Amino acid sequence: MTAIVGWLRKPAGRRNVTGYIFIAPFILGVLLWFLIPALTSVWLAFQDWNMIAPPEFVALDNFKRIVSDKLFWQALKVTTLYTAISVPLSMVLAFSLALLMNTKVRGITVFRTLYYLPSIIPAVANAILWAWFLNSDFGLLNALLHAIGLSKVLWLQKPAWALPALILMSLWSLGGGMVIFLAGLQGIPNEFYEAAEIDGAGPWAKLWHVTIPVMSPVIFFNLIMGIIGTFQVFTAAYLITNGGPQNATLFYVLYLWRNAFQYLDMGYAAVLAWVLFFMIMGLTVLVFRGIGSRIYYEKAG
Amino acid sequence: MTAPDVRHSAKSSFGARAVSGRLSRRWLSRLVIWVVLVVGALLMLLPILWMVSSSFKLEQKVFQFPPQLIPNPFRLANYVDALTYKPFFIYFKNTVFLILMNELAVLLASSFCAYGFARIRFAGRDFWFAIVLATMMVPYVVMLVPQFVIFSRLHWIDTFLPLIVPPFFGGGAFYIFLLRQFFRTIPEELADAARIDGCSEFGIYWRIMLPLAKPALITVAIFTFFGTWNDFMGPLLYLNSPENFTLSIGLMTFRSALQTGRTRWDLLMAFSTAMTLPVVVVFFLAQRYFVRGVVLSGLKG
Repeated sequence: MTAIVGWLRKPAGRRNVTGYIFIAPFILGVLLWFLIPALTSVWLAFQDWNMIAPPEFVALDNFKRIVSDKLFWQALKVTTLYTAISVPLSMVLAFSLALLMNTKVRGITVFRTLYYLPSIIPAVANAILWAWFLNSDFGLLNALLHAIGLSKVLWLQKPAWALPALILMSLWSLGGGMVIFLAGLQGIPNEFYEAAEIDGAGPWAKLWHVTIPVMSPVIFFNLIMGIIGTFQVFTAAYLITNGGPQNATLFYVLYLWRNAFQYLDMGYAAVLAWVLFFMIMGLTVLVFRGIGSRIYYEKAG
Repeated sequence: MTAPDVRHSAKSSFGARAVSGRLSRRWLSRLVIWVVLVVGALLMLLPILWMVSSSFKLEQKVFQFPPQLIPNPFRLANYVDALTYKPFFIYFKNTVFLILMNELAVLLASSFCAYGFARIRFAGRDFWFAIVLATMMVPYVVMLVPQFVIFSRLHWIDTFLPLIVPPFFGGGAFYIFLLRQFFRTIPEELADAARIDGCSEFGIYWRIMLPLAKPALITVAIFTFFGTWNDFMGPLLYLNSPENFTLSIGLMTFRSALQTGRTRWDLLMAFSTAMTLPVVVVFFLAQRYFVRGVVLSGLKG
């Protein structure tokens, strides 16, 4: 007891206590909303449980089910395809737009606002708006196609068109990435470009040898966040297509959601969540291995 | 006598032509960039204009192909119909309540923890800060199933508690990170002076740091407002009774209620526009703070 009191009298001891008092809410939060749920989820993965009858230990059955579950593979295919197209496409578009805006054109703040505007629309309003925009009979998109002489597309009724329609919709919210790119571009010191010009670099050489290398941490960040985000698409799939037609938009999280909260198959849903977690982690590590060594970090100081 | 003059003037006019050629080329490329940006901005705005335009249309006019962009007649009563069709006021009240509670929780908890991380040197600080960064990377979907199980054990389903209580524990890793970065830019001397006057760490946090951190706190408050106003999955999962619905869920059920017959896109677009308007207003009023937050989110990587 006296030892503790003595330690508390020392400045270092007092600092430690004060420090932990300040971060105590966070530590409790990690315990309550991360650690305990994570352990619960590990336990769930080995149970057959519908939240009503008592849980039953089923060893590895939930894991074995995945292999032969056709819908799991369909969900994985849909989500991967969506990520593989939507993320690079919206990144290239966002980066190009940011480059154009960074040329000191007039009204840059107005452009930034207009391009960012779609990103702030509430998810449900956004989904309903796009359901209407893509409506095959009376939607504006088909009206525009009609105006330039193309025929109507059954965006949400044809399996081949439903996923492209949702990818188009995802491009609409590229403003967030664009704002981040633009801030990064504005932070590049002019001396870099002047030095490149002295070495005889043209616009493309400057882009390739100055802009892209300096921007690589931001590109990397947007790529990782894009992957994490698109692997968790839910609202659009749930509200616009409900996974259809013929499971063409059965996104992974929608399938997980159905298993958990419609079929109350909690054990299997927990396994699906773990699989998603390790896939995202794996992809992050892969991206990091692939381009991590090429990332340029400004030297501190 | 005159010959040299002619030569001289010819040379200078040639030089001027080259300069003006360079200038006009530069001017031309700026114009092209500007036109590309304007066309892009119009494309981005198109779905929003479509939503607003549809919200003012007479029901028959909605199903007109090709559609008219400017509604004639202009029917304001759609808003009255949409917002009285369902108990909109209850949804609004619930949403505002959730926002107020989340603001209180996030602003208090995240600034409190951020102060500990920014200003107090205690053993294990770097370890816990690494945990803060790590929790930002965990996909929320992974925690969905076990958290639901835990909340249902606590009998918190169909109450606001699952949407209110968690943020009191740390308020979210991103906000802790954002405020920590801001606190570190405030000169230490201010706090030292207060310490000499006998002010405790809690006093410094409350009386010195919080007032100085107002811009960063506003950024956090806006993000929290957007997050809560737009949240769909949380309320969808935890709120079942209509008297607990938020605007997001209200809009979703409004759509399903209409779908029994012919979909009333006019009313749906009116509700969607009404739900989007407050977000857009806040966005324009506080754009400065908002963009700063988006940018910071991209620079943490």
